Amino acid sequence: MFKTPEGKEIFVIDGHTHFWDGSPENQSNIHGKQFIDCFYAYHTNLSPAEQLWEKPKFEKYSEEDIYRDLFIDGPDDMAIIQSTYLRDFYKNGFSSIERSTKMAERYPERFIVNGSFDPRDGEKALEYIHYMKEEFDIKGVKMYTAEWNGDSKGWALNDPSAYKCFELCDKLGIRNIHVHKGPTIIPLSKDAFDVHDVDYAATDFQNLNWIIEHCGLPRLDDFCWIATQETNVYAGLAVALPFIHTRPRYFGEVIAELLWWVGEDKLLFGSDYAIWTPQWLVEKLWAFQIPEDISAERGGVQLTDAVKEKILGLNAARLYDVDVEARKKQLAAAPVQIAAE
Amino acid sequence: MFLASLMTERELEVWDRLSAVSDPELDEPITDMKFVEQVEITDTDSVLVEFRLPTYWCSPNFAFLMAFGIRAEVSALPWVREVTVRLNDHCFGDEVNAGVNSGRSFHEIFAENCGGAVLGEVVDKFAAKAFDRRQEVVMLAVQALGRSAEQIVAMTLGALRRLRFSGEEELRQLPRYLDLMSERRLAVTDDDLAFPTWQGCAIPAEDLAVHLGRLRSTRINMEFNGALCRGLASARYREVEIGPNGPSLMDFMAGRVPARVASEPGR
Repeated sequence: MFKTPEGKEIFVIDGHTHFWDGSPENQSNIHGKQFIDCFYAYHTNLSPAEQLWEKPKFEKYSEEDIYRDLFIDGPDDMAIIQSTYLRDFYKNGFSSIERSTKMAERYPERFIVNGSFDPRDGEKALEYIHYMKEEFDIKGVKMYTAEWNGDSKGWALNDPSAYKCFELCDKLGIRNIHVHKGPTIIPLSKDAFDVHDVDYAATDFQNLNWIIEHCGLPRLDDFCWIATQETNVYAGLAVALPFIHTRPRYFGEVIAELLWWVGEDKLLFGSDYAIWTPQWLVEKLWAFQIPEDISAERGGVQLTDAVKEKILGLNAARLYDVDVEARKKQLAAAPVQIAAE
Repeated sequence: MFLASLMTERELEVWDRLSAVSDPELDEPITDMKFVEQVEITDTDSVLVEFRLPTYWCSPNFAFLMAFGIRAEVSALPWVREVTVRLNDHCFGDEVNAGVNSGRSFHEIFAENCGGAVLGEVVDKFAAKAFDRRQEVVMLAVQALGRSAEQIVAMTLGALRRLRFSGEEELRQLPRYLDLMSERRLAVTDDDLAFPTWQGCAIPAEDLAVHLGRLRSTRINMEFNGALCRGLASARYREVEIGPNGPSLMDFMAGRVPARVASEPGR
């Protein structure tokens, strides 16, 4: 729960969090090291100085850390945990649904744990989707199109094998498809961050919600054009949001673009924990106003309190069928407690 | 003594040439982005250039373009006999380094690494974005001089060249805008339109506001990426040290690019 300076309580769903193990013990090769190092560069570059973590803690943090950072020191009421396997880089996977579910068991009403699959696994991917639905009753999945898989160095949402998987998701009621457009390396002749596959997939699967994490960055402009034309495309704010601290004016321009093109009902807050912790992000977002000259260029869009409330929780609640009032009562009855250190 | 100053001068000439190589995605010189880590001259005429991108995962096709751009620019110096380009710490680094130092052409090497495909479509896409960004700066500067929408869309290249600008950004972007227009044959003679679309069409005055809105989106995206890349590049080799007084940052990467000496001739 985030309490505004005026004392109003805001329900917060953190739409993009992880419980990962990027430690050297779990790394299979140099790529695993470079992957977590890259995350760490995001962390050190965009965090306020007092929020910086040491490398070992960043590589592998504890169950107590995540509970404390999100729900005790942090304002989250609920968090969506995303799964990312990176089997070519990490021995036991980077963040698996099994490990995250085990972590979430203490306060299951606080978490939505999403699955993940790799369409290039063919039949096995379909079997895995069935397994995740039956074992964990997943409502969503996280797709990382830049994942390496043997000789393949990336895939696209409109690959035929991916379409088979999305057909199954649709059939099983797995409706929320979170997409991270990482750099796909092959084919080299294409733009590594191209977002046009989102356009195809969103048009062909109208029943599914396509939540594009990092609002399509580094292709924000292309993404905005696509999102305007599709009613089922959403933008996750992770990575864009921390700029609110280092470059507030840039952030104002980006959020003005998103409000103008994508709209206030389709933006989702996400801290990208553990790259960033949610407390400072939510505080700064609540205090932020788009500078007037920037707002004027985009039809006067503004981050009003009502818009912020949607971004911080109400939009995600709608996608995941969370009854906010009922959930507030349930959570108030069971406050998060962790063992004293 | 003479040799030392010759070498310093030559190193500066190399840095100058390197500033003509841009990151295709950001449309910023790789030297401004601090991607170039080292320039070393051996035997007075062999040059080694080492560069590093903001992350291990940066687009390999752009890494290829930058590596070949470095080779082409440095090779253009009359005294250079041999150029070695080295991309450090990159997921495709071995392939890029083997390709760029093989002495064969970009297209040959590139095609070999992606089943014969060419990069034309991607290069065009980013040239169009670079054009948008440069055009917006110049157009807004003309607007700030009090020109109306009708005057802007009808302005000729000759008239644009006669205008006097004072802002730092428009002075930087105007020659880059003119270069790109001439390279793409969008505006060549003084009578050609100064502000065509990327497709070479005139912009109707009533569409100028929408056109500028689109240029703005392109610019915001590129600036955002530029800010991200600059930050990641500087963060990449920092380690956080938790001392008794809390965290502090040590930047091991400071001061890589040599400062220009004041006595440099003719500048």
